[in-house]
Amino acid sequence: MEIVQLTIDNKKVVVEKGTTILEAAKSIGVDIPTLCYMKLHDTNFENKPGGCRVCVVEVEGRRNLAPSCKSTCEEGMKINTHSVRVVNARRTVMELILSDHPFECLVCAKSGDCELQSLAQNLGIREVKYQGEKNKYKSDESPAIIREMEKCIMCRRCETACNDVQTVGVLSAINRGFESVVAPAFEMDLDHSTCTFCGQCVAVCPTGALTERDSSSKVMDAIVDPNKTVIVNTAPAVRAALGEEFGMDAGTLVTGKMVSALRKLGFDHVFDTDFAADLTIMEEGTELLGRLGKHLAGDKDVKLPILTSCCPGWVNFFEHQFPDMLDIPSTAKSPQQMFGAIAKTYFADQLEKKREDVVVVSVMPCLAKKYECSRDEFKVDGDPDVNLSISTRELAQMIRNANLNFEALEDDDFDQPMGESTGAAVIFGTTGGVIEAAVRTAYEVHTKKTLERLDFEELRGMEGIRSATIDFDGLPINIGIAHGLGNARKLLEDIKAGKSEFHAIEIMACPGGCIGGGGQPYHHGDVEILKKRQRAIYEEDKGKILRKSHENPFIQKLYKEFLGEPCGEKSHELLHTHYYDKKKKIEI
Amino acid sequence: MADIKLPAAKVEELKEVCKKFNNEPGELINVLHAAQELFGYLPAEVQEVVANEMNVSVAHVYGVVTFYSFFSMIPKGEHPISICMGTACYVRGAEKVLDEFKRHLDVKVGETTEDGKFSISCLRCVGACGLAPVVTVGEKVYGRIAPEDVKGILAEYM
Ligand code: SF4
Ligand code: SF4
Ligand code: SF4
Ligand code: FES
Ligand code: FES
Repeated sequence: MEIVQLTIDNKKVVVEKGTTILEAAKSIGVDIPTLCYMKLHDTNFENKPGGCRVCVVEVEGRRNLAPSCKSTCEEGMKINTHSVRVVNARRTVMELILSDHPFECLVCAKSGDCELQSLAQNLGIREVKYQGEKNKYKSDESPAIIREMEKCIMCRRCETACNDVQTVGVLSAINRGFESVVAPAFEMDLDHSTCTFCGQCVAVCPTGALTERDSSSKVMDAIVDPNKTVIVNTAPAVRAALGEEFGMDAGTLVTGKMVSALRKLGFDHVFDTDFAADLTIMEEGTELLGRLGKHLAGDKDVKLPILTSCCPGWVNFFEHQFPDMLDIPSTAKSPQQMFGAIAKTYFADQLEKKREDVVVVSVMPCLAKKYECSRDEFKVDGDPDVNLSISTRELAQMIRNANLNFEALEDDDFDQPMGESTGAAVIFGTTGGVIEAAVRTAYEVHTKKTLERLDFEELRGMEGIRSATIDFDGLPINIGIAHGLGNARKLLEDIKAGKSEFHAIEIMACPGGCIGGGGQPYHHGDVEILKKRQRAIYEEDKGKILRKSHENPFIQKLYKEFLGEPCGEKSHELLHTHYYDKKKKIEI
Repeated sequence: MADIKLPAAKVEELKEVCKKFNNEPGELINVLHAAQELFGYLPAEVQEVVANEMNVSVAHVYGVVTFYSFFSMIPKGEHPISICMGTACYVRGAEKVLDEFKRHLDVKVGETTEDGKFSISCLRCVGACGLAPVVTVGEKVYGRIAPEDVKGILAEYM
């Protein structure tokens, strides 16, 4: 390893050759402001266009200031990160950016969490001397994402997320000069593009240019409607992140406070999506064993590997990109949709309510779920199984609207029957968790033996693609895991080429899985936040008495009273779905 | 998106063009040039075929098409009008001539009139500097044009 020595703000620092000035400074606790730059360590997200020049520093003996995010350290450099010249340059850059930016902070969805805003504050910008012509663009509202390109600063992080990490390729810089902006092809709406609504572009956008479609006021309308019974359910990853919105440390589990807050907000029944996650395992696990059994018996029509289907971002991806492989994913609905289907039948019956009078709201770390619940196949006579899907951030906003002191709330418990869940369901929130949960149940069903060891460390972690072989009492099961759609694509290409050795593959669209979902509190490029959320999820699993989905007593009851058998007739009707070829055909 | 269907033979030709450049993403600009020559302009469908063949995203192709002003997504008019903006023509008042065309036809450079009759584009020196300012309509060349001549030229094609 070659080493270089330099000084930054009069401090000596030794780094590996090739290290950027920005990283070297960080290693000795010197923060340099950045705007376009973003790197998510341990994932393949790196955006380094070097365009904004907010990160400039002064290098002694050089005439020009250097952008620290792009410039590498050289032997003997003497760097000043906050000389008067540097600060003035940063201010000029900011003023130029702001000269083509709407001054809408007071009413902007990103206010308080906007990197442009906080940078302007840090630099003490109090007026913008350059007043240029301001750009106008048509705004784009899909069921999940809103694009307001007036607020775009052309950092191009969204392009990196969509093209390099997700390999969806919906976004590109278009036009030139003053007119340039990031947009889908032909400036069509995201809705008409191959967008998966994973929301990873929203997760990295520093400004309010990309945000989610906010449904929280519709939720409040339903709550105050005396004719509606409003049921809420919360996904596993939400409890591991919601606290961050109220200044708590990343990785603080706030399950009890969250339930408390939901009850205070006025929901009639506070349930857990985890209940439906346990149900998903019953269905998906049974399907896996069924397909495996037939395949091993030599049935050539039964294809392996089976792919998980609980992530709607991933479902959109394969419908658009791999329409010739629609028979490989499990047909099991996502937990959100299973929850809705059961809530509007089984539970509505218990309440003696008509389905139209029951409103199902889900709180998700995810923006793709907003799209998912709007899909036609998840409606009965136009009435959606899940009426409204809001993000972790929107729930936080509702809690702030009601002026609840979140940190001071007492812990509370979910209602029954759809609030009971096992540890297996909790880990759905992280990459590797769904398949681990499936293994816990499939192993016991297949071998009829009790699983001794519940923690499958070999399935956990943050690496983009992982694999492990699990011994099903003499039958080796090869398992693959991918998170981030670019990684998923690699595994799919292998399957297509007939090179895949896997029996089952878990795929989640977002880096880290749902803990890194597009609806979570913004991580601002700090991957440690994702890791802390992941740890919190495994911790909650460990603390549960029941950790295998098939042991959930309310799930057992549901099958006995209502569904019959996993993958049985009723299950097929309510809990399974089919996929569509969404590849755009070019007409000739 | 425009509702245009491409003739199959032309699409095959387009695919050949891509192949000629080894479907190499680095050759995208050259491929688009050739495609524009083939179709006269670059409608959405053409960009989609190119993206497919070259294995890049349509968004990227569109990004390139909108970045360079010589690419156009609008079909040329029945009588494409080109105004030379080379140095010689420019100093002799080509811009005023251009303005006059724009005013009469009520379109911008790169656009086509609603009836599809005329389109306006600008060229670099066409090698007839002695005749500056130079205007071409289709194949026909007009030299030493003044703004007052514009009306008469258009009348020839009405
Ligand atoms: S939501 Fe995902 S697929 Fe859609 S534009 Fe954003 S990053 Fe791309
Ligand atoms: S939309 Fe957001 S992430 Fe994308 S370039 Fe603009 S400011 Fe950056
Ligand atoms: S990984 Fe989770 S948060 Fe991301 S799109 Fe899939 S379901 Fe949504
Ligand atoms: S952060 Fe370094 S140039 Fe933008
Ligand atoms: S500049 Fe117009 S013909 Fe040469």
